[in-house]
Formats: sequence, C-alpha cells, structure tokens
Amino acid sequence: MSLLQGTTGEWEMVIGLEVHAQVISNSKLFSGASTTFGAAPNSQVSIVDAAMPGMLPVLNRECVAQAIRTGLGLKAKINLVSVFERKNYFYPDLPQGYQISQYQHPIVGEGSILLDLDNGETREVGIERLHLEQDAGKSLHDQHPRKTFVDLNRSGVALMEIVSKPDMRSAEEVGAYLRKLRSILRYLGTCDGNMDEGSMRCDVNLSLRRPGGPLGTRTETKNVNSIRFVQQAIEAEARRQMEILEDGGSIEQETRLFDSRRGETRSMRSKEEAHDYRYFPDPDLLPLELEPAWVEDLKAALPELPDDKKARFMADFGLSAYDAGVLVAERANADFYEEVAKGRDAKLAANWVITNFFGALNASGKGLEEAPVTAAQLGGLLDLLADDTISGRIAKDVFEEMWESGKDAAVIVEEKGLKQITDTGAIEAAIAKVIADNPGQVEQYTSGANPKVIGWFVGQVMKATQGKANPGMVNQLLKKHLGG
Amino acid sequence: MTAATDMTLAEARDRLAAKDISAAELASAHIQAVEAARPLNAFITETPERALEMAQASDARIAKGEAGLLEGIPLAIKDLFCTRDVMTTAGSHILDGFHPTYESTVSANLWDAGAVLLGKTNLDEFAMGSSNMTSYYGGVENPWKREGDNRKLVPGGSSGGSATAVAAHLALGATGTDTGGSIRQPASFTGIVGMKPTYGRCSRWGIVAFASSLDQAGPMTRSVRDAAILLRAMAGHDPKDSTSVDRPVPDYEAALTGDVRGLKVGVPKEYRIDGMSPEIEALWQTGIAWLKESGAEIVEVSLPHTRYALPAYYIVAPAETSSNLARYDGVRYGLREDGDASLTEMYEATRGAGFGAEVKRRVLIGTYVLSAGYYDAYYNKARQVRTLIARDFQEAFENVDVLLTPTAPSPAFAMGEKMDDPIAMYLNDVFTVPASMAGLPGISVPAGLSGEGLPLGLQLVGRPFDEETVIRAAGVLEAAAGFDARPTFVTGS
Repeated sequence: MSLLQGTTGEWEMVIGLEVHAQVISNSKLFSGASTTFGAAPNSQVSIVDAAMPGMLPVLNRECVAQAIRTGLGLKAKINLVSVFERKNYFYPDLPQGYQISQYQHPIVGEGSILLDLDNGETREVGIERLHLEQDAGKSLHDQHPRKTFVDLNRSGVALMEIVSKPDMRSAEEVGAYLRKLRSILRYLGTCDGNMDEGSMRCDVNLSLRRPGGPLGTRTETKNVNSIRFVQQAIEAEARRQMEILEDGGSIEQETRLFDSRRGETRSMRSKEEAHDYRYFPDPDLLPLELEPAWVEDLKAALPELPDDKKARFMADFGLSAYDAGVLVAERANADFYEEVAKGRDAKLAANWVITNFFGALNASGKGLEEAPVTAAQLGGLLDLLADDTISGRIAKDVFEEMWESGKDAAVIVEEKGLKQITDTGAIEAAIAKVIADNPGQVEQYTSGANPKVIGWFVGQVMKATQGKANPGMVNQLLKKHLGG
Repeated sequence: MTAATDMTLAEARDRLAAKDISAAELASAHIQAVEAARPLNAFITETPERALEMAQASDARIAKGEAGLLEGIPLAIKDLFCTRDVMTTAGSHILDGFHPTYESTVSANLWDAGAVLLGKTNLDEFAMGSSNMTSYYGGVENPWKREGDNRKLVPGGSSGGSATAVAAHLALGATGTDTGGSIRQPASFTGIVGMKPTYGRCSRWGIVAFASSLDQAGPMTRSVRDAAILLRAMAGHDPKDSTSVDRPVPDYEAALTGDVRGLKVGVPKEYRIDGMSPEIEALWQTGIAWLKESGAEIVEVSLPHTRYALPAYYIVAPAETSSNLARYDGVRYGLREDGDASLTEMYEATRGAGFGAEVKRRVLIGTYVLSAGYYDAYYNKARQVRTLIARDFQEAFENVDVLLTPTAPSPAFAMGEKMDDPIAMYLNDVFTVPASMAGLPGISVPAGLSGEGLPLGLQLVGRPFDEETVIRAAGVLEAAAGFDARPTFVTGS
C-alpha cells in the first residue's frame, strides 16, 4: 500500500473508477445508424438519433449481448431483468434532451477484476455494476467565433459504464486496473479500448483518509483520456486534497476536470450546481428481460480470458507469474507466444518472445501485426537452437538478421555459413593451435594457479571458429587436452 | 341517392366497389366541404391536390381490381401524425414549418390500404387539452349548437379538429389520438363514434409524443362499423415501436353480430360521481336498459381506485411530457428564437415563445414531480396507483365482459368556458382516464341529446385486445340508441 506522507501524518487514497467503454457493434444502441469512427460529421445520424418528433428507440440485441459478455468476463452477476431510464438534461449534442441509460436496474451487477501488480502479485478490485447507455454527440466550439457546431455521429452509440468499487489505493493500482480492464474488453471483443479515440473514457472518484480511518469526502474528476493522464490526475488531485486537509480545510464534493497541460485538476461544478437528472423508466422501452438460455450460450462461447490463460501458461508451460502476465496482457501476444511455444521448449520460447521479439518490436515502435518476423519463423530459429545447428550467441545474430531481412533462420544460417561446428576433429585442431600459441596460460591452468583461465581458452577457441564451435564441446575438449 | 359527404365510410366503400361513384368524385365533394367549412377551423393544413392525386390512383387500382380495404376513402389526419412532406405542427408554434421526411406507421398503413388524405386536423397543442382551445392555430368550432343559442361551442379535445371534421361531414373518418380521453371525449361532444384501442394495438412511431405510456391512436367515425373498418387498417405490430404488440389484427367489422345475449356488462358504481348531471345519469340508465333488453346481463362492479385515477394521470402524463418535449429546443428543427444569444437564453426564448400556457404548465408539473425529493411522493406514488387501477379492472373483468359508463360528465361547452380553471377542464376526462391508465380499449357511442339538444356519448370499456367485444356491444348500443340527430352545421338550421 502506498501512503501519502503529509506534514501531519500519512494519508491513504481511496479511489473508484467509472469507465465508459464504447461497445463494438455495427449499429447504435437504439437505431440502425452506423458506428464507424472518423466518418464525416453528421453522416451517421438516423432520424431516431436526431430525435425527430415521433421517433422511438428500438434496442439493438448485439449491444445487449456485448454487455452480457463483458459482465461474464468481469465474473459479474447478469441481471435477467433490467430497466432503461431517461436521464434528463439539456445540451445541444443531446438531441432527445435526455440520455437513455440504466439507473436503478442495471444489466450487470457485482463482479470483480484481478489486478496484476508490477511485483508479480495480484489484487482483487470489486466491480459495482455495468450498465448500458447512449453516448451523446460532440459539440465543436472551435469552428466559428460565436457558434458551436454539433456532430451527432456519436449520438446514440452504445456505451457500457463500468463502475468499480472504491477499492484502489494508488495511481499504480488504477493504472493496473485500467490495463487489465482494457485487456479483458479486448479479449472479449466488446470494446477496442482505444482511449485516444475516446472509445474508453474514465472518471475518477477520489478521497483521502487517515489509514484505516473513516472515508473522506470525494471529488469526481471527469473524462480523463489516457492511463498516464489518469495517473497524473490522481497524483495532482490527491496532493490538492492533502494540502487542503492538512491546512484544516474540508473537501467540497464536486465535479472536477483535469488540465493535462498544467498537471492539475480544477472545479467544473459544485454539488449545488449538480444537475437533477430526474431519472424515470423510459416509457418507450419495455423492461429488458433476458432468456437464461441465451446468457448461457453467450457464456459458453466466451474466449479464454487473461487470468485463465495466465494460470494455464504457468501450469502447462512452467512460466513465472511475471512472464505469463506479460504474455497474456494482449490476446494477440499470447496467441503469438503459443504458436512459437507449440512443440518446443516453452520456457525458452517465452524468453525469446519476451526479451528478443518484444524487445525488437518495442524498439521499432511497430505493432505485432507489422512485425517482420512471424511466429513460425521465430519457431524455426528455436528449432535450430534445439538441434544444436547454431549456438545461442549465433541465434541472437541470426534473429537480428531475420528482423532486418524477413528471411527464415535456416536460410540465413545456410547463406552465412553459421552452422555450429560439432566436428570433434575441427574443434580439436583449433584447441591444439590455441594451446601451442599460449604456453603461459597453459602453465597457469595446469599448475592450478588460475583454474578460471579455462574461460579465456573457451573464448579463444570460439574466436578462432568465428563463434561457430559448439560451446559445450569446446569446454569438454579443452579440459581433456589441458589435462586436469 | 345520398350525397357523397352524407354517406358512412362503409357505404362509400361499397359504392366505390360497385363503381357507383369514383374516388375522384368522392374526394372532390369532400375537398369542397372542407373549403366551405373553413370557419370551423377544423384543419390546420388542407391537402386538396394530394387528395385528388391519391383519389385518381385509387380509381386506377379499383379499375384494375386491386382495391385496398380503404380504397378511395377520404380521411382527415390529426396533425399529431407525421406526414411525409406535409407540414406537421402538433398544434404548436414550436414546430413552425416542420415538414417530416417520414410518414407515421399508422398513416402509412392507411395509405397502403388506399385511403386519401384530405388534410391535417387541428388539435390542442401537443394533444394537451379537452377543448381544442390550446392550439396555436386557434380553437375549433363544434358543428353543434345549443337550441336557441348561437354561441360557439368547443368540439372537445384534444382531437377536436378530427371530431369536427367527421361530425360536420368534411371527411368519412379521421384519425385521433387518445392519452386520457382525447378521442372519446370529443366524439361524445360532437355526436360521433370514437375508439381508443388497447395500448400497443396501433404503432406510436411517427406520432408526436405527449405521454408515451398512454398515447394511442384510434379511429373517429360516424358509425361503429366505420370505426371497425378504420381500426383494422390502422392497427398492427410495428418493429419500430417496442411497445406495439405482435398479435394478429382481426376483422373487427365481423365482430358486429348485433348479438349481445348473455354478454355480461359491468356498471362500475364508482362512476356515479358527486354532482353528476341528472341527464348524464339518465342517459347511462337508458344505456343499461338497452343492453339489458338486448339480452345482456347487467352486473354492478366496483373499481375502488377510480377516484385516484385523474390525480395520478395528471402526474404520470406531465412527467413523461416534461421529458418528451425536451427535444423541442430550437437546435435542429422548428422554431428558434434569439439565435445570437447564449445557449441558455436561446433555449429560454425558443421554449418561452414556442409553447403555450397549458404545455408550459404540464412541463413544469412534470419536471416538479420527477425532481429529487418529490419523486417518491408524486411520481412513484402515481405509478403505484396506476398499478392498482389496472388491478381493479382486471378483477372486474373476471366477472364481466365489458363495462358501460358515460363518456364525459357534460355536453360540449362554449368556447372560452373553463379556460381559467385547469382543474375544471381536467375533470372532462374523469370517465375516460381510468381506462387509459390501464391501457384498455374504450369506445364512445353517441346515445342521446342533452336538454339543450347537444349530443351525449356512452363509453364501453373492454379487456386488453378484446376490441371485438367492445365493438359488438357498441354496435348494439348504437342500434338501440338510433341516434340520428344531425349537427346544426350540417342541417343548416
């Protein structure tokens, strides 16, 4: 647990998150309009989305399925009856004058999410609920000196609001929560998790208290759009609250905004200015009743999720929690690893995928799908290692060459004559020459004055064979020829 | 031979089929009638050219033997139904110049059946009212007048324009919408038949919303048979309306057997309200006697929560209104006032100028009853009451097949009366609101004249989706009443 050190003692952060995750679906929550990102303004707006008179919402079944899948992925209770309500407020990018949301009866109840912390440990954070709601459109204030333009493309797109319990205690935990949530959503295919495109947005509820003491008053910081900014916002807001509390002041319950340029939060509206949303059940929509069999079908069709995959990688492949955690964070990475590991030394494969392959990928700034080396190619390299065709040292050079040229390992080894020398006669010839040329070092070894000089001999023989001699054989033969 | 505008819808249908009259002739006669009746202010928009085009297309289909159920029948459409390319106002200034790019499902069903659009009828603003006096386009005059009294009377509301259009023989039928009595009460005031079907029977898609959990479209006609014919064409499941119900639409006309022997007719004792006018009471008793003489069994029933229906309605309906009318904000269509001011000022100016007093009153009431701290005391309580009202009916219908009540507590009143007393105005719906709260089908049938010579209706209410029994009983009531009085405007005396 990370505590804040103030002048009057320690403070503990209590943090809960509300994440708005845009549902992956072809059409909007209550209309048939398309949901593609980046289309020309107001080109994906149906007469329902524009709230023309007499228009009625019709629930999109696929969005409901996505919410159920997500709920199941969060090990949460699926509520077989839920209710859509209207949240009433006026704004130009909210054509109906109300957002259709779920309030008293959400589609998903309590669940949990397991954080993978940097030290390899895990920690459970509770999920309070998940509900479905419509997104608003977008107000553009920078298109005209006096006017606001409105783009309704996003109006009516389905969102899942995922509310955590106030179980997090540091910015690091919040980072781990968001990464894990994003990972689960991406595994499920229910949200692409792209915070920079706004398809995952986060509101942070934060309060301070003395460790183990009663809860303090919280503030809500709205719409922070990257994990890094969320963490910065938390640090900034915790510092601000601590300063007020240490000065004997009290925290006002309010909504705040994070200014990423200044690295500080500022007040958006106080509790007194808070809207009265006048929620009531939407009379245009009947209560949503789910068939238990449908929920079961969706459950049966869920993919293996990161926690299960991690456990399997540890149990079946003998990987450490850390390595397994790294490999399963993205489903594509895990799939890549499994393809490399199939029928091979799984731990060796993990080392190569994490250290060499991901290392090269990160250095190049490329995504997995753009990598010049495929899983099959990397597997081919490991096969050459396994049957002693090349040594580990040569393998690293071959991998670099593969990354440059995209060629198969076997081709590179053949072209460059990198095959490991396993011929006893050839190695013995090299050994004989090194021994003959270096009587001083031979003396050091045979007299027992410096037994570690054997390592120097290995190096000399490897050098003489351009690194191609099998290091194990070199070691063994050296000892034989040096005696002792 | 009966004049083209004096036929019932059923007669016109039969004569069109017999090629006795052409759709074009029928349309022309009605277009002329609409023009001649302009002083009544029944229409906000007349569509004579479109009517003639549609009638000619009908004649072509009739000639090819491809006539639909309503082929060539000229109808008036309440201006709450969105009609493609034809201005749709909801009787409000805030929808100034609004021309929908789409057609409501109910009106589309009518055009698919071959009906002809004469125009869009006047109504209380956003269907909020019982007099048609809240329309931005002015009040509508009832074609009836009191004997020896030349004062103009209201046709009731909110479907006042449709009621007057049918009663004054300007159209063979009209669509209405009924939220708390907006079809049945004006039908009673103008001596016509008006039916609100079960909630969910007709699609609400494309009808400007007032109170979504109550709004329902229905037919307004000069006979029960006509109502049955028109309802059949209007009704049906619509995937675009999640509250519309997927069940087959019966041939309602076939329900008119004229036989109610053994039918159990309930008479709810709670409808005998304090200060009820003796002539309404007398008419009710007469109606009971007619059904009894026709072989029905009369059973007194109790609907104990009736007296809470009106107050609960005036919480639920405004609550939904306050939300439904939020979209009229000056941003996308209709009126926009003060375009250069700040956003809030633009909202205030637009909504201040665009909505009339009654709409504002209901938006304010609705906002209040949904607000934090008052929600449970008002909105939630009203919803609970609504459940109890529905249960009352459910229990009553375990013992009876249909209920008989008066439609309205009084005959039509003069234009300008009750305008300064909203509660008195709301009391017009005291007999119609309970069935609305329970979502049940109800019909008003003209049954007699008041002492002043004004029409009075009786209401029949049935089980959910049992429009057929309601129509069957209404047919018997209609025959027994033999209501053949005609409005002053039509007789010209």
